[in-house]
Formats: sequence, structure tokens, C-alpha cells
Amino acid sequence: MAENAACCACSESLSEEETARQLEEILEEYRDKPGGLIPALQIAQSRFGYLSETVLKKISAAFNKPYSEVAGVVSFYSFFSTVPRGKYLVRACLGTACYVRGGKAVLSALKKELGIDVGQTTEDRLFSLDVGRCFGACGLAPVIMVNDDVHQRVKPSKVGELLKAYAAGEKGDAQ
Amino acid sequence: MYKLIINGKSIEAPDGATILETARRAGIRIPTLCFLEKREPIGACRVCLVEVAGARTLMAACSTPVTNGMDIKTNSPRVRAARRQVVELLLSEHDGNCQICDRNQDCELQALASELGIREIAYEGEKAKAKIDDSTPALVRDNSKCIKCRRCVTVCSQVQGVGALHPQGRGFDTVIGPAFTLNLDGVACVQCGQCAAVCPVGAISERSHVEAVWKALEDPKKTVIVQTAPAIRAALGECFGCEPGTRVTGKMTAALRQLGFNGVFDTNFTADLTIMEEGTELLTRLKKALVDGEKVPLPMFTSCSPGWINFAEYYYPEFLPNLSTCKSPQQMFGAVAKTYYAQKIGVKPEDMTVVSIMPCTAKKFECQREEMNDSGARDVDYVLTTRELGRMIKEAGIDFMSLEDEKMDAPLGLGSGAADIFANTGGVMEAALRTAYEIVTGRQLPMENLHVKPVAGLEGIKEASVVITGTVPAWSFLEGVEVKLAVAHGLANVRRLLESIKRGEKSYHFIEIMTCPGGCIGGGGQPRMTDDSVRLKRIGAIYSEDESKALRKSHENDAVQQLYKEFLGAPLGEKSHHLLHTHYKHKPAL
Ligand code: SF4
Ligand code: SF4
Ligand code: SF4
Ligand code: FES
Repeated sequence: MAENAACCACSESLSEEETARQLEEILEEYRDKPGGLIPALQIAQSRFGYLSETVLKKISAAFNKPYSEVAGVVSFYSFFSTVPRGKYLVRACLGTACYVRGGKAVLSALKKELGIDVGQTTEDRLFSLDVGRCFGACGLAPVIMVNDDVHQRVKPSKVGELLKAYAAGEKGDAQ
Repeated sequence: MYKLIINGKSIEAPDGATILETARRAGIRIPTLCFLEKREPIGACRVCLVEVAGARTLMAACSTPVTNGMDIKTNSPRVRAARRQVVELLLSEHDGNCQICDRNQDCELQALASELGIREIAYEGEKAKAKIDDSTPALVRDNSKCIKCRRCVTVCSQVQGVGALHPQGRGFDTVIGPAFTLNLDGVACVQCGQCAAVCPVGAISERSHVEAVWKALEDPKKTVIVQTAPAIRAALGECFGCEPGTRVTGKMTAALRQLGFNGVFDTNFTADLTIMEEGTELLTRLKKALVDGEKVPLPMFTSCSPGWINFAEYYYPEFLPNLSTCKSPQQMFGAVAKTYYAQKIGVKPEDMTVVSIMPCTAKKFECQREEMNDSGARDVDYVLTTRELGRMIKEAGIDFMSLEDEKMDAPLGLGSGAADIFANTGGVMEAALRTAYEIVTGRQLPMENLHVKPVAGLEGIKEASVVITGTVPAWSFLEGVEVKLAVAHGLANVRRLLESIKRGEKSYHFIEIMTCPGGCIGGGGQPRMTDDSVRLKRIGAIYSEDESKALRKSHENDAVQQLYKEFLGAPLGEKSHHLLHTHYKHKPAL
């Protein structure tokens, strides 16, 4: 859900004023609703692609909650991100089927290849890494997704090549 | 009323009572780790498990209400096995190194392991990695010792209304701390140390100044003097096995002398000085408001409690002009010691080391504020908590309990009973009234035994009012005025009070604020564990200390009067202004 929107939004980052204006809109709607914090965070994340410190501090203030409490909520749910997502979101499935058929090895290979951990983004902002729980292609496990592309029967040894193709595409055309 | 059975004994309990409360009332001990008195039980640790006849699983005593006819066993073999398993699991993830841990011999986890007779740990757990957070002047956090009981979270949000600590992340990787992976200096923590006071293990502690003080004591070039806050004398004994509420003023003085301090003095001296300055400040503000029709910031708030100062600077900048400009007694002491006293004994301020013994961790923060160097050197060099002093006395091999009582040194060792009660919530207010009323009317405060009953005790917000009659000519403008007073302690209560003032529902002239529940006697640096029964005992000890003295009013402290005569001039005079007063700044709440 939010992730796809995130990937579209982050290629073009909003100006500071525009972010502030949009955030104000979101807060206007949710600040007085009981349980409004999580929806507000979700919408902010999908609008801005991630939850920056500035945005989070404004949200904390609007909801009259300590920053540490809001940070606790954000870090509890894996669908929130506090760093700008890379152009490509790589998700390794760790659902049962993928797990059994080597999903973990694929994930390790991805980590090694990208030099980042789950939840992080490469320095060139090209790739972010995340894990998923079943993309509905269990028959062809292990599966990874790169944005909306599904890659099946991924071998750890082939991960480097796969990523290179995306990186090359990036250089060739801006999509 | 319910009738039930615990360990074969018939017991009655009121509707809604938990198993834990009921057992405790009957003198039956059930171990707990996450439970905190007067707070919603969160049921996180499971060491309070008990067996209830007919129930399939063991129940958490802290969060299970009693019902009629319940048959409970708190110490059956099944219960003991379950508890042992819980503690073994905790230990398997715990980076235990008791011998060199700050909490060795003062640790609830260690005590529980010993009580349950744990001799081996059947699980091989992944140990949390040590990450030391020593980003703040007052506190040090070590997450590898944390057992995730969340007491600190509850205290910081519910008792102090700050919310600097919360669970971050999820599952095994959950860390209890400030936002994300920030250190404590990344959030608006007020340094009160209430988290350290409730932490059952060594995961949050005061930043130790013990080594620095040993070093100063060994340095032949330094004149090292010590001041002791009033709350210490009612609590230090607990470090040596005394009942809470045992007064140990004389033994403490003797121990400090044996440790090698060149002068053993009393923060009470500058508490009396504070009353002279703050009382004059209040009366001046009232005069400006009532006679000159000037707009002055009222109510005036006390400013002795550095956690409260931080709180106001972060969260209530609109009230900063209302704070008394008086430095706290600790800081006044440093400024007076390194000028007046240093001159008296012919020592340069830079060759003098001032050490404070405080019930408070925020005092460690306060002494390093840039505003606190008015003597020309840092006014107070080191702050030791009550717990740290206890440790030093043990380290020095002093047999505390067999010490003969000794008296503090002159002149900075003289303090009144009014200064003693600075340790209790309501005490600064009472001390101020004892003096201000007498200045304004020429008569003694007309209250039984000089106590202002409505502002004493553990109620979170207390109010009182005094109608002034029979004024002396200089203060006749106060004739018939009803002076309205309030007292709050525990910052969550302070928040409530400030909000009601902001909404215009309440108005006062003078308000006493103390950061910690119960006042300084319940400070973040006091011996653990401080619950309400301990608070009440220490409060009682402080009142008896006051009543045991002939000198019970700050303005009758001759040594303070002499200080004005020889050095300061008059309250709020030029020199006082420079040495004893300060200013505050808005800090954005992070
Ligand atoms: S916290 Fe307690 S159990 Fe852990 S090392 Fe320190 S003393 Fe030992
Ligand atoms: S020192 Fe006080 S404000 Fe800071 S984290 Fe601990 S309890 Fe909260
Ligand atoms: S820091 Fe201490 S009080 Fe806080 S959760 Fe950890 S063990 Fe409990
Ligand atoms: S004390 Fe009951 S669960 Fe922790």
C-alpha cells in the first residue's frame, strides 16, 4: 500500500513549504480524532515518501505527544520509514514457502550486495531493502520484488546481476 | 468485601483489589519487577505469578483482581518453578557482570535470582549489546542491562509528564529509550532521575562524580568543602540498613569529616539565604502590583528545583518571567563559598573545590550550567547523590553506624529548621511564610507549631490562602489582602496546575514547585526504592529535625545576617543580584 505511493513521491521531493502545507492539512483533519495518530502518520508517509524528523516533530506537537512516544509507534511498524526510500524498493519475501526454500540466503545476498541492512537505503538513494510476508507467488519461491516487478526462483548467486540491471537502467534512462 | 484464602490463610479483601495488594496487606511477599505502586499494572515481567485453584494457568498477581472464594498459593513448587524460569530467561539475555556493576548489592534482579536460588541458567540467550548513553550531565544509560520492565516509561510519562522514554522498535530488538536510537540529550528530558530511582537494575544511573571527588580530596593544593542538602540526613541511613525516616545528621557530618573534607557545611545555610532573597522578591513583586499598579509577573514560582527549571524552559516558556530569579540553595552556596568564605580563609576561588551532596540528579546538570560561574570559577564543582555518598563511605571503610554525632562547621554550617523543611513538598512555602508573615506583620505566623498544614503531605496539588491583618506601617498596603498559594510536586501534577492557570481557572500569588514526588526527600538520587510509605517516613523525619531546633525561622539565622552585614549588603542588593540570582532561557522541546 503506502510503499508504492512512497516510491512515486520520492523521485521528486516536495519543497519545504509545500511539505509544511500538506502536513498542516493532514494534521487539521486528524489531530482531534481519537486514534488519529497512526492514520496521520500513514498519510504523511505516503505523501512524502518517508517520515522526516521535522515532519515527525510537527506531528508529535500537533498530537501533544512526546517525540519519543511517536518514534516508538513509528519504529514498531515496519511500514513506516524514517529515511527517504530509494528509487527501487527491493523486498525479499520471508513468508513460509520462501523461507523454507532459501529466502533467508537471498536476503543475505541482497544485504551483502547492497551493503545495507533491512530498512536502510543505499547512499546513492537507488535501492532500499525491506522484507515482505508472501507476495502470493509461493509456487515459485523464493521471490523478491523490485518496485512492482516480481522475480521468482531467485538464486543468491544471481542477485548481483539482477540488481545491476536496475542500476544500469537508471543510468540509461530516467524512467 | 470478598473472602478468600492465600496460602491456607483466610483473608478479606475489598472489591477490586488485586491479588498482589491483598497479599501485601496480609504480609505475604510476592516478588515483582515491573509493578509500580499506584500505577496501572502492565504485566510485563511475569515474576509475580501465583497459583489460583481451578485456573489452568498461573496468574500475574499484580494485574489479577481477587474474587470471592479464591484459593491462592503464592509459593507452591509450581509457582517457584515458573518464577525461576522467568528470571532465568531474563538472565539469559542479560549482560550480567554484577561484581563491577553500579547496582551490585542494590539490584532487584540480582536479589531475585538469589531469592529463587538460581544456580545455573538453562537457556543460552542472545545478549543485548552494550550501548552506553552518557550524553547528559546527570544520567548514564546502559541498555545491555535493561530488562524491559518499563517502570521508567511509566514514571517519565505518568509521574513526570515528560515522556522521554518509550519502547522503540519491536520484538527482541525492542529498546526502552528516547526516540529511535537517539541519546537522552536528543529529547527534552529534564534530568530528574526518577527513571533511575525506579529502575530495578543497572540500566539507568546517575553519572558518577565519585572518582573526581576522591581525586580532589587527595589533591594537596585544593581546599575541598562539602555542603549537604536537607533531604540527605533523612535518607542516608537507609544505605546502611536503617529504617526509612531515621535521622543521621550527626553521623553524616562525622563521616564527611573522616572522608577528608576541609569544611563540612550545610545547604540549609543558603536555604535560609534563599528565603531572605526570594521572600523579598515576592514582597517586592506584590508591592509593584498592588501599590504601583505595575504589571509584574505573578504568580511567582519558586526556583530551587533544577528539574522544574528544565521543565519550564522546555515546555512552559511563557512562565519563565514568573520564576523567581533566585538561584537554588546549592548554587547560592557555591557562589558564597568561593567568594565570601574563600576570602575569609584566604583561599583563591580556583583553589577551592565545592562538593554537594544532593538527593537529586538534576543538580548535576544544574552545576554545569553556564550561568553558574559567578564566583569567577565554577560555583559548584561536583555533585554526589545520597547513593554515591553511601558508596564512598563504604569504600573508605567507615563503620557508619558506630560513628559519634558531630556538628557542622561555622559559618556556612548553620541552618534553621525552616531550611530543613526545604526537603519536603510544601516546605519552601512554609519556610517563606514563617519569614514573610513576620516581616509584614511583626508577629509570628499564627499557625500551630509554625506548620502550614494545608500544604503538607503527599497530595499532588495543594492550596492555601493567608489573609494578612495587622501589618506594620511599611507593608500596610497588604492589609486585608488574601495571599493565595499553591504547592505542586511531581511534574505531571505541575503540568495540571499550569494548565489550569493558563485556562484562567486558577490564580495565585505564590507557587512552590518541586520536581520529584514528595519533594527532595523523594529525589532521583535517594536510596532505592522510594514508595509512598518511605516518602512519608522521610517527611516525618524532616519535620522532627525542624522541631528539634530552637532556630526555626530563616531570618533569625545569625550567620546569614552576618553575611549580609559583612559582604552582601541587603537582600536583592547589587552583590546579591550578581552572585545569587540568575536568568532562564527557552529551550525548544526536542
Ligand atoms: S543489573 Fe543487577 S543483575 Fe545485572 S549486572 Fe548489575 S547487579 Fe548484576
Ligand atoms: S530523568 Fe526524568 S525526564 Fe529524564 S528520562 Fe528520566 S524520568 Fe524522564
Ligand atoms: S531502563 Fe530500567 S526501568 Fe527502564 S525498562 Fe529498562 S530495566 Fe526497566
Ligand atoms: S509485577 Fe506482575 S507482571 Fe511484573
